[in-house]
Amino acid sequence: MNEQRRDEEEGVVLTEAQKRARRSRSIAIALALGALVILFYAITLVKGPGVLHR
Amino acid sequence: MSLVTEGADFNVPASAGAGVIYAEPSLASVGDYLALLKPRVMSLVVFTALTGMAVAPAHIHPVIGFTALLCIAVGAGAAGALNMWYDADIDARMVRTARRPIPMGRVKPGEALAFGLTLAGFAVVTLGLMVNLVAAELLAFTIFFYAVIYTAWLKRSTPQNIVIGGAAGAFPPMIGWAAVTGSVSLEPVILFLIIFFWTPPHFWALALYRTGDYARAGVPMMPVVKGDLSTRWQVLLYTLILAPLGVLPWLLGYAGRIYGATAVVAGAVMLVLAWQVFKERSPADGASRKLFAFSILYLFLLFAVLLAERGWGGLLGWISA
Repeated sequence: MNEQRRDEEEGVVLTEAQKRARRSRSIAIALALGALVILFYAITLVKGPGVLHR
Repeated sequence: MSLVTEGADFNVPASAGAGVIYAEPSLASVGDYLALLKPRVMSLVVFTALTGMAVAPAHIHPVIGFTALLCIAVGAGAAGALNMWYDADIDARMVRTARRPIPMGRVKPGEALAFGLTLAGFAVVTLGLMVNLVAAELLAFTIFFYAVIYTAWLKRSTPQNIVIGGAAGAFPPMIGWAAVTGSVSLEPVILFLIIFFWTPPHFWALALYRTGDYARAGVPMMPVVKGDLSTRWQVLLYTLILAPLGVLPWLLGYAGRIYGATAVVAGAVMLVLAWQVFKERSPADGASRKLFAFSILYLFLLFAVLLAERGWGGLLGWISA
């Protein structure tokens, strides 16, 4: 009973391996988003006002 | 036969991962997610799409061209992730695929599905907004064709699975061409047909010496369903169609003499190897292994020479013009 209450209070506790995996995924997502920002900026420069015309 | 209704519970599609224990929360690394994209297939897709772009008779700004290639690559990767989501049960039973992230328990099926759908949406919308709608529509159709028509339907139901499903792998040069020109014409259709007719001899050569693997997984590949002899006959038949098709770009004038010579010689080698496969009988598998290995070189050579002849700057164009 006490153990169940302790689990509920602490929530999910990540192991070191899970923390490392999560950190590497977060860094990859950040890099991908950064690359997309640069790509879309470059496309906007190339297309100029035409980027708005579909 | 929908991608979604087949696996109404997104985490358990078609008995995927039966008996697999998934770490909770996820232990998936960045490498696992990259593996879901099938990087080797992706590199072939990028290569053939690049050739389609290079052969197209128009100019595309390098940044827009890069964006088109990126979208095509990501779209292909998304289709690969959706394939691994749906086929996790089959993958777990085959030696060649048992170490993929889902059967290994590193990525949950639901995660792979979400990853694939997100990337597919991103690739199609970006291609449509930044390049053109024709290319985006072709990419969307290709992903749909691979994930739904091939993976969810044909692969488990007919020995013609890779014949019809091969169309999905044949679309990239057409998408590349469409990205540059905004349309589709005879030239990319011939590139499509070359890959389309290359697929059966390539995969059936592999299936001939991996028959047991496919049979264990319950995949109705041609050698499993129709037997050894029928498969060998059909490998020869498709190669007889493929060899002259490979020469067509030269005959129609949009490839040079070097391409023509390469296609004639490589096509002749393909025919000789296919004939050896036809004459071979199981359990001997030397001819099948040779044909499988050479078929990869065949397709690479044809597209590499075409790319070199007609690519930006026409690396060999001055020789073969």
